[in-house]
Amino acid sequence: MTAWQSVGRMRWGWFLLASAALVLLPLVVETNTPTLLLIWALFALSLGLMWGYAGLLSFGHSAYFGLGAYAYAISVVNIGESTVPLLLAMLVPAIVAAVIGAMMFYGRISDVYMGVITLVVTLILFKFMSATAGDAYAIGAARLGGFNGIPGFQTLNVPGRPEISLFGLPTYYICAASLLSCYLLCRWILARSFGRVLLGVRENEARCELMGYNVPACKTVIFTVSAAMAGLAGCLFANWAEIVTPRVFSLGQAAEVLIWVIVGGLGTLIGPILGAIVLGYVKILLGSQTVIDNSLILGILLIVVVLAIPRGVVPALQRVWTARGRWARRRREPHGSGDRRRLGAAP
Amino acid sequence: MDYAGVVGLEILYMIAFLVLTSAGLAVVFGMMRVINLAHGEFVMLGGYATIACSRAGIDIYLAMLVIAPLVVGVVGLIVERTIIRFLYGRMIDTMLATWGLSLLLIGLVTLIFGNTAVSVPAPIPGYRLGDYQMGGYNLFIILVAAALIVAMWGVLKFTRAGLIARGAMQGPDVVASLGYDPRKVYMITFTVGAGLSGLAGGVLAPLTGLLPSSGGAYIAKAFITVITGGAAVISGTLASAVIFGTVNQIVSFAAHPVIGELAMLALAIILLRLMPSGITGRFFRDST
Repeated sequence: MTAWQSVGRMRWGWFLLASAALVLLPLVVETNTPTLLLIWALFALSLGLMWGYAGLLSFGHSAYFGLGAYAYAISVVNIGESTVPLLLAMLVPAIVAAVIGAMMFYGRISDVYMGVITLVVTLILFKFMSATAGDAYAIGAARLGGFNGIPGFQTLNVPGRPEISLFGLPTYYICAASLLSCYLLCRWILARSFGRVLLGVRENEARCELMGYNVPACKTVIFTVSAAMAGLAGCLFANWAEIVTPRVFSLGQAAEVLIWVIVGGLGTLIGPILGAIVLGYVKILLGSQTVIDNSLILGILLIVVVLAIPRGVVPALQRVWTARGRWARRRREPHGSGDRRRLGAAP
Repeated sequence: MDYAGVVGLEILYMIAFLVLTSAGLAVVFGMMRVINLAHGEFVMLGGYATIACSRAGIDIYLAMLVIAPLVVGVVGLIVERTIIRFLYGRMIDTMLATWGLSLLLIGLVTLIFGNTAVSVPAPIPGYRLGDYQMGGYNLFIILVAAALIVAMWGVLKFTRAGLIARGAMQGPDVVASLGYDPRKVYMITFTVGAGLSGLAGGVLAPLTGLLPSSGGAYIAKAFITVITGGAAVISGTLASAVIFGTVNQIVSFAAHPVIGELAMLALAIILLRLMPSGITGRFFRDST
């Protein structure tokens, strides 16, 4: 599997099937849990885009998820109508990511230091937001509320009609639509020459640079797009939970999304989505029992996946699938080291 | 005057805290280029070992200075044999696997000790400095940190093991060609690093109290101290501990403890941007 093939094609059949399933799902089950799973899937997709395709690992992607949630909550309390806050929820994380990304990528910081910096940014936000209790910390009419967060803000409404607020089933459909359109956006980005350059950066940064591509700019752009997507997920999460607390910035949240993406599969878009949905559901099931601690299971899972299937479940299955097909067709082809894992290669 | 003394002691204490909590991580990172994200949990385990021992009636100094490092050292050895050794040279994978390990350890400790705070009283009473009441135990921590730095420097500089360790740091191939198995060196290094984390946890346990999730409080600070310090284990850790400890405490006294922490973290980002290979990547290049 060369880098070129690993972009994957847009499979419209599967896409329409999945869309239909999402549309019809509320007829079968109650939508509260599926809504949350779709939000998590969107969050995982945002990280999967930059990590799996551009090879950029943000250890603290929950920073942008949380910024989206806070940006929405703070602005909706002040404005009272949800259209502008929804846009702000994507714009604020995007701007922050653009600044941090430009700082890191134009500074030619290696991936390990990038991990440290992204993690520290998340910690700063977590510590700051946790310490904002009291009246002194308010933005306009919105009190930040320290560890208790911002409760009881207005949920999304029909654009221009603040009195018609959406919750329950409409929220589910908004989340589904967001996920599907972000998936299409990712596919579109990857199909363009910009997407090819990203893969090139992942595979061999120096070569891309020598061919004349502006590698720091490419990295900054994809980081920004990914952060905006994570911000949208955060905004939807705020709407689902109807409260925003500093926990959205926590290390636990940051670890979870990483685990979803790496278990689901790097270098695919469906992998992170499925990873988030399946593992998110497992987490909800585990949360309803108290015998075994949740983080114990997640920890074991992460270790096993890193040791045994470092590219994730979906790519591993794909490889088995294509290998079977090849064998059936009795077609052999010289196999280079093209599909070996590059992300973890020695610096 | 008294106030200046208080501020000075608090700065010293913060530096000692940073040195203690990051020594284990620094040894492992400096020698093996492995970033152990479960480091905070190693510190937490050291604390739990100390508290469990002192509750069982064992002398607390014995518990924190001997038993805690041994227990966590053994844990480190097991971890190295079962996880880390498969991932050498794959830095990001190591970070992910050790993050998994950190979650696993949190889960295990929660299972065993429960998700409640435990603590042990500090064995040294407080004293008065002019108008201010000071914790006597802080002085003990400063002493331990100083002793640790001197001991590490002595071992690295004057013993055969230290010579091999420094050699493995600079050129693993050369050390291997001279007949020392680098994998063995790595295994011992990781064990020693874990033991140092255990020592930190044991010594700090009476001050902070413990939860299964307390490791998170150490990991960020240790992480930035080590990474900003750069590759040289002792001088790097000491240099960045002095910078961060001073900034943290001065801003804390001037404004608010939370602002102090934020200033430290923000400074870390700026320093990393200016010196991507750490302080010792730019200054004191020839130090250990």
